Amino acid sequence: MSEVRPEPGGRLGAKLRRLDALIRKESRQLFRDPSSIAIGIVMPVMLVLLFGFGLSLDVKNVPVAVVLEDPSPGARRIAAGFTLSPYFDARLVASMPQARNLMLRREIDGIIRLRPDFARQHAQGTAEVQILVHGTDANTARLIQGYARGAIAQFAARTAAERGERAEAGPVAIVSRLWFNEANDSRYFLVPGLIVLVITLIGAFLTALVMAREWERGTLETLFVTPVRADEILLGKTIPYFLLGMTGLVLCVTAGKYLFEVPLRGSLLVLVLVSMLYLLVTLGLGLLISSVTKSQFVASQIALLVSFLPAMMLSGFLFDLNSMPTAIYLITFLVPARYYVALLQTLFLAGDVWSVILPNAAVLAVAAVVFLLLARAATQKRLA
Amino acid sequence: MLEALLRTLALVRKELLAVLKDPRTRVSLFVPPIFQCLIFGYAATYDLSHIPYAVVDEDRSAASRDFLARLDGSRLFSRVADLARTEEIEAAIDTRRVLLVVRIAPDFERRLYARGPANVQIIADGRNSNTAATAQGYITTIVEAFNTEWREAHGLPDPPLRLVTRAWFNPGLETRWNMIPALMGTLTMLQTLLLTAMSVAREREEGTFDQLLVTPLRPSEIMIGKALPSMLVGLTQATAILLVAQLWFRIPFAGSFVTLYAGLGLFLLAAVGIGLLVSSIVATMQQAMLWSFVILMPFTLLSGLTTPIRNMPEVLQAFTLINPLRYAIDIAHRVYLEGATFDELLPQLGPLMLIAAITLPAAAYFFRKRIG
Amino acid sequence: MTPAAATLPLVARGVTKRFRRAAGDEVAALKDVSLETHAGALTALVGPDSAGKTTLMRLAAGLVAPDAGELTILGIDVARRPQEVQDRVGYMPQRFGLYEDLSVQENLDLYADLHGVSGRERALRYAELMEMTALGPFRDRLAGRLSGGMKQKLGLACTLVRSPELLLLDEPTVGVDPLSRRELWQIMRRLVDERGLSVLITTSYLDEAERCAHVAVLHDGAVLVQGPPATITREVTGRAFLAVPPEGAKARDLQALLLDAPDIVEAVPQAGRVRLVRANAPETAATQELLAGCTLVPTQARFEDGFMALLKARARERSTVAPRASPQPRGRPPPRAALPEVAISVSDLVRSFGAFIAVDHVSFSVRQGEIFGLLGPNGAGKTTTFRMLCGLLAVSSGSLRVAGVDLRKARASARERIGYVAQKFSLYGQLTVAENLEFFASAYGLRGARKEERLAWAAREFELASFAALPSGQLPGGFKQRLAMATALLHEPDILFLDEPTSGADPLARREFWQRITRLAEEGVTVIVTTHFMEEAEYCDRVLILDAGKVLAEGTPAEIRARAPEDGTHVPTMEDAFVAIVEAGRNGARERGVG
Repeated sequence: MSEVRPEPGGRLGAKLRRLDALIRKESRQLFRDPSSIAIGIVMPVMLVLLFGFGLSLDVKNVPVAVVLEDPSPGARRIAAGFTLSPYFDARLVASMPQARNLMLRREIDGIIRLRPDFARQHAQGTAEVQILVHGTDANTARLIQGYARGAIAQFAARTAAERGERAEAGPVAIVSRLWFNEANDSRYFLVPGLIVLVITLIGAFLTALVMAREWERGTLETLFVTPVRADEILLGKTIPYFLLGMTGLVLCVTAGKYLFEVPLRGSLLVLVLVSMLYLLVTLGLGLLISSVTKSQFVASQIALLVSFLPAMMLSGFLFDLNSMPTAIYLITFLVPARYYVALLQTLFLAGDVWSVILPNAAVLAVAAVVFLLLARAATQKRLA
Repeated sequence: MLEALLRTLALVRKELLAVLKDPRTRVSLFVPPIFQCLIFGYAATYDLSHIPYAVVDEDRSAASRDFLARLDGSRLFSRVADLARTEEIEAAIDTRRVLLVVRIAPDFERRLYARGPANVQIIADGRNSNTAATAQGYITTIVEAFNTEWREAHGLPDPPLRLVTRAWFNPGLETRWNMIPALMGTLTMLQTLLLTAMSVAREREEGTFDQLLVTPLRPSEIMIGKALPSMLVGLTQATAILLVAQLWFRIPFAGSFVTLYAGLGLFLLAAVGIGLLVSSIVATMQQAMLWSFVILMPFTLLSGLTTPIRNMPEVLQAFTLINPLRYAIDIAHRVYLEGATFDELLPQLGPLMLIAAITLPAAAYFFRKRIG
Repeated sequence: MTPAAATLPLVARGVTKRFRRAAGDEVAALKDVSLETHAGALTALVGPDSAGKTTLMRLAAGLVAPDAGELTILGIDVARRPQEVQDRVGYMPQRFGLYEDLSVQENLDLYADLHGVSGRERALRYAELMEMTALGPFRDRLAGRLSGGMKQKLGLACTLVRSPELLLLDEPTVGVDPLSRRELWQIMRRLVDERGLSVLITTSYLDEAERCAHVAVLHDGAVLVQGPPATITREVTGRAFLAVPPEGAKARDLQALLLDAPDIVEAVPQAGRVRLVRANAPETAATQELLAGCTLVPTQARFEDGFMALLKARARERSTVAPRASPQPRGRPPPRAALPEVAISVSDLVRSFGAFIAVDHVSFSVRQGEIFGLLGPNGAGKTTTFRMLCGLLAVSSGSLRVAGVDLRKARASARERIGYVAQKFSLYGQLTVAENLEFFASAYGLRGARKEERLAWAAREFELASFAALPSGQLPGGFKQRLAMATALLHEPDILFLDEPTSGADPLARREFWQRITRLAEEGVTVIVTTHFMEEAEYCDRVLILDAGKVLAEGTPAEIRARAPEDGTHVPTMEDAFVAIVEAGRNGARERGVG
């Protein structure tokens, strides 16, 4: 048998070679394991498609009924305003009970009621228009109310103009402008949010599984009794998933820009840099969970609870942070996704606003260092 | 027959023991749902409060101060800055210090007395356009109230059209009323599907499944033995959420408990059917977990929980027809908020029954096929 | 430290290690262990279950820190500087963590890279390892698709990609068939003889320990004896005999009786006779009576004899209560439904998985009350045959009858007549012992008084009462085995299927296990069993040897043994016969393949 004495284990050359071996091993496993493919590639693509095409908070073609209890020309013109509006899919019904039935069956989301004495009242000065909305979906209901108000204001302006009067806009009128998203397209904030979810999924969820898997399959016990250092094991895990996460980012940004036509007003470089920071945060978190739990099932539950769920609920991507109760509002400061969402929304829609970018990126950088150090501390070449 | 029943009951008992004995499983079954319920209740809301805003009051008149006092007094808005010049607006919004800026032109008071219109400019941050639109809606309401009072106080005629708005089933239009009942479907689906899929996969992985198969237990008995405990766990979770909704969030319950539980039971049967189908196809716990997530993700996103189904493209709307969660959320809303009766729920119960009638026999078929 | 001590591969001084169990109580895995191993030699660590062997290995590998004491590996304090030790030793844990989704070559490459072996050295070393392990043709196969024996060999190859200064092997031969086991040992011998490697190995095969230069017997976390194997064997010199049972009597029946005799410390069937070791005391009348009709031939004592004597003495000395009650005779079961004379019949059985034929036209039959052994190397098709018999797997072609029916097609209640113990522990680990028993009793349709009676029987017979409330996953190894047997026997099956029931079990547990099986057979239970311990085939009435899905030999142990080549040095053993038959079968297959 030949004498094979390895070079001393601590040298840099040896370190790099071991790291290279670990990265190659991890990448092979990644591509051979259907579960990694599913979470790392299938899920992100599915999320992109669902977020881009499936989810929308924009209300269009809302089915409503216009109850014409008064068949006068004036009332008919209001009704026409609804049937012609792009926001509504209005049908005319003759009586309230009919409309009520439609609403109970959820065939319509709202009722516009013009009372029998509408024409008479209108002639006398002020007529009443009733708007009834199905309140179960409160957000949609509120938007419907807003659109209905707009449709009626238009009618009022038109009538006034015909009579040669100045439009009666009320003592105080609102002139509003929506910056960054003039078209009020909900994709503009859903797509940046999507990037947060995809990176969280790959960074935290997938890595939480892989380290736990090595514990469960007993492969670490063997790996530990080699010249491999704990930091090399950790880096060997981090680098392939980092690359996978960046692939996910490219996928989302490309889809966002070209498929869903969300503008990218900031610089791409800054976007990539802050995404790297956030990816490192999630990788650190995933590895930490994995090393502590050592079980895939528990790791997945915890990863879901502390990374994915907060990224969805407490990051400000879907729900406004200021409106949360103080206790929860304070918790959101502990959610790294919050800072990343602020960065993404600004970089995509507002541009390179350094006063937003610098502090948020700094928080992410600190979080990345903290989580990676904690993960390093939790990875000991010891069996529990 | 009696033999079969006793055997199945023994299995049900064993399953429940296995679930409830392991402290980690016990915790993961009941703590996350309650926790999520509270988070959803408090955080998952499109309703706004404490909206940070800034003012550029170029008029500085009594009228403008009166108008602004109404914004500040609404408790919906909190003024974080008074800007001296219009040029400062950009910075305030860009840096996300404020969500919107209210600008009052120098001639505000003058035009108000000159029978208007006195324009108030609102500039909102559209980075989250939904939030911005909601905030604008609030301002519209406040302005309307201001207008009505101003007219009354100054003897102006009423506008030609007066809007009266009312919301059925949720008069305050609170998102929470929408969210929490829907969680009875969403959270229980997540857990029951996963629990069912994992419990069979765990037996396969640990080799206990063979031990089970060499006993006189029939495949159908094993399936029932796996389905029932998961459903029981699901119903318990739903009850916990129901209690949180009523006792903590005080959301009034309009329907009948019998109807609600009948609907949830049928829904859980469909969910368990899917879980069993997953478990009959996969070999390991890891695959079971993964498949469950791959299925749960679109089911949850396309259930109408966060965004309305009506806003989806037709293809995806068609997909939601096979999504049991869609029906569960409908049932929860309709029974809880609208007080729907059993026969009014037939359009939801029918599809659920169909899903269960397809997934359960399919699971049984794959079960037998795999063993063979 | 003297220079001599520094060169010793392993020196333990008063090493103690405690673990906290899930229940919260502490157990001491090692108590004040002091031990030395010699450079350039094989040292074996033997002892019953939960003696602390694996813990000691992990301590030596720097994976676990001792609570007290000092452990020096290659002159390095392993508790303080584990990495330095890990740079220099090779370690193969009981469950070698091969990456199953990487190929054989990729696994080897990974470990070569991690150990910094490259270039020419690497090419040379690979060639040697491939020749040694015969894994060459499988380089591109995923490790997960290898048979158990091949995985063990690959694990060893990964450990040996460079020359470690000390090799730590934790049960490398568990579940490995006799042929692969011989090959593994040849590899290790060569490493020690040619390279002067130091090896520390744990094993439950005592013939392996006998081949080592040095042996340490661990018991209950403490070292009982250490020294050359001969020191332990010497203790029983002159007390080992072979008893030839009287005409017509079965060796295993005599053995079962002798094992319970207080003045016999060891009895095993061997080549149709009973090997026994007498205690160091005058014989009782009862024993004399037992041996009355037998011819006693003195024989050379072996390590296993000494080891058993040692452990028995230990057990007697320590127990304050009466010695472990011998298993109670089972009350004659209620008259069983008439079972056909032939309990199991298999003809022309075939099972293929894709292109791979796992079971290839196998036929055999088992008579009622027989103990039937199914032997064969790893991957021979034993477990596949078992699964088909139990109705867990469909047959591709051919027919089988178990208790007169095909269990896959028969009513579910037909399964009440069989009991099945799977290869690995397969009861609900998180449920307690009592809950497991209770569940399986109900699953088998036991109710009321009969259920109570059977549960009480199981607790008594298998001495499980004191563990009733312990989650079964936390039972010591031997008791897991007992619980598995208890659940398989609760419903008093007519036919018992046992798939490698003694794999990884310690010698004491194995004897106890076979004593039970023998008695069951006496009561008319048909037993069909697989094992890798060839001497256990001596307990069987008939055995069948399978390889690559085909039947190579069938007959009584005597008939099989007769097929072993005579070399004149010793009476051929079952293992000699087995190896000869399988090798002849493989050579034949190769020739047919060539021709």
